[in-house]
Amino acid sequence: MSSANAADTSFIPDDGVMRAADGTPLKKRLARALRREKLRSFMLIAPLLFFIIISFLAPIADMLFRSVENQIVPETIPRTVVLLSDWDPASGEAPGEEVFAAFQQDFVEAFDNKTHTRLGLRLNYEKPGMSSLFRKSGRRATQLEAPFREGFAAIDEDWVAVETWEVIKRVSGPYTSGYFLAAVDLQRTSDGIEFVDERRRIYLMLFWRTLWMSLLITVCCLLLGYPIAYLMSHTKRSTSNLLMILVLLPFWTSLLVRTSAWKVLLQQQGVINDTLVFIGLVGDTARLELINNQLGTVIAMTHILLPFMILPLYSVMQTISPSYVRAAKSMGANDWTAFWRVYFPNTIPGIGAGAILVFILSIGYYITPELVGGTKGVFISNRIAFHISSSLNWGLAAALGAILLLLVLLLFYCYDKIVGIDNVKLG
Amino acid sequence: MKLKTLILASAAVGLLSSTAVAGNHSAALEPCENCADTMTVVSWGGAYQASQINAYAEPYAEATGVTFVWDESANESVAKLRAQNEANNITWDLVDVEGPDAVRLCDEGLAMEVNPDDILAAAPDGTSASEDFGDSLVSECFIPQIVFSTTFGYRNDIAAWNGAVPASVCDIFDLENFPGKRALEKRPKKNIEWALICDGVSPDELYSVMETPEGIDRALAKLDTIKSETIWWSAGADTPQLLADGEVAIGSTYNGRLFALIEEQSQPVSMLWDNQVFDFDGWVIPTGLPEDRLNRVKHFLKFATDTQRLADQAKYISYGPARASSAPLVGQHAELGIDMAPHMPTDPANMGNIIVNNIEWWSAYSDDVDAQFQAWLAQ
Repeated sequence: MSSANAADTSFIPDDGVMRAADGTPLKKRLARALRREKLRSFMLIAPLLFFIIISFLAPIADMLFRSVENQIVPETIPRTVVLLSDWDPASGEAPGEEVFAAFQQDFVEAFDNKTHTRLGLRLNYEKPGMSSLFRKSGRRATQLEAPFREGFAAIDEDWVAVETWEVIKRVSGPYTSGYFLAAVDLQRTSDGIEFVDERRRIYLMLFWRTLWMSLLITVCCLLLGYPIAYLMSHTKRSTSNLLMILVLLPFWTSLLVRTSAWKVLLQQQGVINDTLVFIGLVGDTARLELINNQLGTVIAMTHILLPFMILPLYSVMQTISPSYVRAAKSMGANDWTAFWRVYFPNTIPGIGAGAILVFILSIGYYITPELVGGTKGVFISNRIAFHISSSLNWGLAAALGAILLLLVLLLFYCYDKIVGIDNVKLG
Repeated sequence: MKLKTLILASAAVGLLSSTAVAGNHSAALEPCENCADTMTVVSWGGAYQASQINAYAEPYAEATGVTFVWDESANESVAKLRAQNEANNITWDLVDVEGPDAVRLCDEGLAMEVNPDDILAAAPDGTSASEDFGDSLVSECFIPQIVFSTTFGYRNDIAAWNGAVPASVCDIFDLENFPGKRALEKRPKKNIEWALICDGVSPDELYSVMETPEGIDRALAKLDTIKSETIWWSAGADTPQLLADGEVAIGSTYNGRLFALIEEQSQPVSMLWDNQVFDFDGWVIPTGLPEDRLNRVKHFLKFATDTQRLADQAKYISYGPARASSAPLVGQHAELGIDMAPHMPTDPANMGNIIVNNIEWWSAYSDDVDAQFQAWLAQ
């Protein structure tokens, strides 16, 4: 470094660091510029990010949280919960007067806030009859005077039953695993965790049915959709446009209309059976059962989800240059080898995208299975919908939903390991 | 049974006064102070909502100038009401629900408790509202409108029956004399009761038998005998469609749906009233309404549930008015011009055997019984 230069920039320390004209180290300047760049791009995506957080992630997190949340018990009867921790159900005796006095005090407050019946509904999930017990006790329990134990016993014998208090004690914490246990047909009893009565086990079976039927529907969509997509990408433009409209037409029809149309076609007195009887393929007394069973669900859902398979396949097939197959054939491959070894591998990204779309959509379907699935063709989503809108057991619905979400993520992970998620193309 | 005597008594009065009394249509409405100008009312759509509009919403709108906004999502009302309540944004003013849902909404604190004698009109003869509504007041939050029943309809053109017609609900379980497919609801409620009654349980012991796990097993074993011949429905419109298409020979649904199928669409179907199951349908007011909207709702309810208005509703749909004093005023169908009294579930001729849905019992046990029923269906 020359002495003249050193005089001009005397304020800059001579430490071998690269600097900008104003003397700040170049590294710092670069970092600052990059940070500004990052901030700018963040600002650009910020609206979408916030939208997703507020309208998508937050509600899902809130809903999933309900599967473990149990604040209602400790909040409604705080004094009772504290005193109950010293009570041992194994003693075979209902808790003493002390607990009943605290419970009566809690009950008066709960009654004023009208939360006693809500607590009853919560406890009814654990033991049938609890909701009526709380509702029935209502005003009478608030007017009780000491001794409270006898007072409650006079309202209903169940108040001095060990089982009642065992249930209250079991769910007295602010969080519960009860919903998740129930979602996989388990329950907690005094002897630990065990399966529920064999006659009441349904959820594991429904999860399993949802998975295998969704897989079957995905395979059906692929088998039907692949040739159509191939045809569409290999005919002249006007024909492929017409085919495209035919594919999209059902897509634009209301879901309920389409499902009802399947009823008209498939039922035993329906169009298909009538035709088969008319041409003598089946006897009038042996009409085929095509609906209100698993077959009905598979047929109707394959039809509804078919566009989700065809569209990604079509857009991927369009990008495959015809010269590949020509080149293969010119080198001696027969039609099948050229297709299987050259064309087909190029369509795998489309198959992957279509299969994931169809599979995930069918896992969550419930209107169509409800309408055409009879009793053996309904999915786990039908039970989730039932618990959301009819039984109001949102905790259980959330637990079922969480398990379903987990299963989908797990399958997604497996897909990534086997096929690779980079190998998915929507077009 | 208290309800039975009440309904029988009122229906008998109806027979005595054969023609509909003109009623006090002209009774002037009291002015409504500090009341909202619009009301969002939730109902079921279809013929039922039309009967509400014709019988009381339109007359009320004419008299007061209030605008009605109808929301047809009554079958999701329980969940939506809870969501609105949690979001602290109640957009509904009045919700039409079935009795069991009213009990649940009341327990959840989502529906407002009301004193019928404070907010509803007394009967013309001065009988208090609570006495006039009687047993239909199934919950402290419930303002009843109608009695409906779930009962059976059968095709009357089935050759294999050799001219016989089902006379008892137990004929549902008789595949030998009445072959053909059945349509039953995809829920345990009602099916369990019918199965046990046909298995020899006396109606008085019905719910105490059902309370034991063996009782439900017994009912399911009875249902097993027709399971392979049954199509399970989930929407009230399913059975009428299945009957009309000849897909089933006999099926359960709401009596109003069967009335429409038989009288309005003239299908070859007949009613089987034996052991019909009674239920109530009515209004609940969501909790937490602002004062002006609440005032409007109360003003409307007083008008819409008075004796004459509930009787008017029966002109448009074959559901019985929930007030005893309305029964004598039930007249003819507004368009068909036929007498509606014989089509009411509460008509003495249709009330030989009835079951009153035990809401209290079902609210306690429905979760467990439903799980068992669904598991049984899936086998």
